[in-house]
Amino acid sequence: MSHHDHDHHGHHHDLPFWRKYIFSVDHKVIGVQYAVTALLFLFVGFTLMMLIRWQLAFPGQPLPGFLSTLFGDANAPGGIILPEFYNQLGAMHGTIMIFLGVVPLSVGGFGNYVLPLQIGAPDMAFPKLNMLSYWVYFIGGVIMLFSFFVTGGAAQSGWTSYAPLAVIAQQGQTFWLIGMVFLITSSLLGSINFIVTTVQLRADGLSFFRLPFFVWAQFVTSFLLLLAFPPLETAGVLQLMDRLAHTSFFMPSGLVVSGEALAISGGGNPILWQHLFWFLAHPEVYVLILPAMGIVAEVIACNTRKPIYGYKSMIYAVVFLGFMSFIVWAHHMYLVGMSTEMSAFFQVTTMIISIPSIIILTALLLSLWGGAIRFNTPMLFAIAFLPMFGIGGLTGLPLGLAASDIHLHDTYYVIGHFHYVVAPGTIFALFAGIYHWFPKVTGRKMNEILGKVHFFFSFIFMNGVFMPMFFQGLAGVSRRLWDPTQYAHGLSTQPLNVFISFSAWGLALAQIPFILNFFGSIFAGKKVDQNPWEATTLEWSAPTPPPHGNFLTPPVVYRGPYEYSVPGQKKDFWPQAMKETN
Amino acid sequence: MSAPGEIRYIDHPHPVSGVTNAKLGMWCFLASEIMLFGGFFSTYVLLRAGNPAWPTGSHLLNVPLAALNTVILITSSVTMVMAWYSLAIKSLPKFKMYLGLTILLAFAFLVVKGFEYGMKFEHHIYPAKNTFYAIYFTMTGLHGLHVVGGIVANLYYLFPGSKMWETNPEQFTGRIECAGLYWHFVDLVWIFLFPVLYLL
Repeated sequence: MSHHDHDHHGHHHDLPFWRKYIFSVDHKVIGVQYAVTALLFLFVGFTLMMLIRWQLAFPGQPLPGFLSTLFGDANAPGGIILPEFYNQLGAMHGTIMIFLGVVPLSVGGFGNYVLPLQIGAPDMAFPKLNMLSYWVYFIGGVIMLFSFFVTGGAAQSGWTSYAPLAVIAQQGQTFWLIGMVFLITSSLLGSINFIVTTVQLRADGLSFFRLPFFVWAQFVTSFLLLLAFPPLETAGVLQLMDRLAHTSFFMPSGLVVSGEALAISGGGNPILWQHLFWFLAHPEVYVLILPAMGIVAEVIACNTRKPIYGYKSMIYAVVFLGFMSFIVWAHHMYLVGMSTEMSAFFQVTTMIISIPSIIILTALLLSLWGGAIRFNTPMLFAIAFLPMFGIGGLTGLPLGLAASDIHLHDTYYVIGHFHYVVAPGTIFALFAGIYHWFPKVTGRKMNEILGKVHFFFSFIFMNGVFMPMFFQGLAGVSRRLWDPTQYAHGLSTQPLNVFISFSAWGLALAQIPFILNFFGSIFAGKKVDQNPWEATTLEWSAPTPPPHGNFLTPPVVYRGPYEYSVPGQKKDFWPQAMKETN
Repeated sequence: MSAPGEIRYIDHPHPVSGVTNAKLGMWCFLASEIMLFGGFFSTYVLLRAGNPAWPTGSHLLNVPLAALNTVILITSSVTMVMAWYSLAIKSLPKFKMYLGLTILLAFAFLVVKGFEYGMKFEHHIYPAKNTFYAIYFTMTGLHGLHVVGGIVANLYYLFPGSKMWETNPEQFTGRIECAGLYWHFVDLVWIFLFPVLYLL
């Protein structure tokens, strides 16, 4: 052990405030920083969406109240959202929700806080690198937000930034690309840290098949981040070159914009951007969902008081899923003119990848069978995750088949599909995780009544938002329209838009009990000991809240992660780190 | 058994994985780098396949200078290994000599590259000229940035970083090994870039 690091740990308690809580190298502080920042970004992304919903429900009408003057004449003259501003809202809603909200919360927040505790490690393998990844993420987020205030506003070419549209867009797109380079770098550093920590720093006795499913999910996710993000960095650099050095990587010959031929060399390939982008962005879908499945597995095992059904098949499934996610990307591109052979290949791989997802979902569902279920708030969110993710997954099948995708491509059906996976899916799982691990982080439980109010209203309004989108999509309403009532088929589904928008605003109101609960419980929640849920995994064997270095003595693991209701034991849980019977 | 709060396997390998934390981290990083450059090489292949009039690199670029740079970079890889070997035989002065040589060779590479770029700019050849020059400047530029990164890291280990040799020689040797892995990777990328861009 190095002298240097020993000093570092010994003096931690003497550190000044800014080293202990701001530029901290402790994985728990960094995890909380990630989580709080990501929650704020989720709020920002949600706000952008609520503005979008106003325009969709009441096209061309001025925003109500003080909002009508808030955005200035450049964006919303007289309170009417301009199409350019609408496009900014759409592009940045997607970008912020995915890259600044959900991934940093599920991987940066939960991964950072829980993973080292669950494997019995004192910290991440590279604490300074961990701090660096948070701050690089933070800078990326600031750049993204700043881009709203540059000339022409933020990026408006969709979160996918397809070329050549994005190449000829205003300078907000340049900020988007630079921000993405920071976010990619942050994920990369984080994923290296997660992989090394999981491989090297597991407690004695903690073999890979004794790891909680959450750790497996984070481990596979890290590989996706490590290997799928660099090609997007490639794509980002190439698009920056196209924009700043006027190269033509994504610009075809003879491109005419607004009636004038562009003065570029041409010879590039716009489809190349889509390939590079989706090579990242499909694995990214699994980056969004796998940590959520991990959280749900932990919450379900603990609150059914029985082992997870098919623990090993879930692990094989998640590894296979990670592998397959690299060879399905072009199912986003059936309509760009690929050959039918390509479409056939990606259609087959897409159908194959649904199998491991179904294995995991089925195992989680069967885990409920015969359990003594505790219907507390985290468990309600975890149970709701199952059908919500199920709807999201099953509605994906018609999109994965090239023939039916022709009708559904780029309609609201797609929006409904992936939001069911990410919003009532992943975000419900993240709420489950917040309610589940809040006592470990703060030493206090969140309020159950407020939690249940939060759950039931969120559940109703979430479905109110996303279920009608399937009908709009089947009616043929395109996803990026500023005013869908311009078309007859959009006119007929316009009442649904009003319904969706009111549901979205209701969903916002449903978050108020959560916000009150979150901040109130930090100070006034019921105090708990180190294992309030009577759970088995290692984080509950550490003191609450865990001190720097996490464990008082290095834990030793004697059994698998979900030893609940073991016959012959007096208590219905048998912690991994407990040598004797319980 | 380790003390609480202590991160294990910083200066000695994990008994099962057989590597230290830093070395595993470096291999992961290099894997991501392969995907990064893999994206660029794929771009090259796709652009070239889509263009029947793609020029032959050797007609447009300076092959002798690039060949010289190849020799310089391979030599620097050898001196990098010698730097690590010097630590293995416990000789700090030799280590400093070889690492210094590595840094000098890296600078030499950049100078030669600078001449190549300069000659192109003199003829008003910039990345915007056509997709061949676009991919040439982008790939060699990104590789050049990696060379600069290597120089910065090696300069750190040559001067302030080498203090660790007094406190924890195993960890320091491990760090130089990781720096070496990175440097060999940068060398390897060039070994691919040279034929792909200059010769084919």
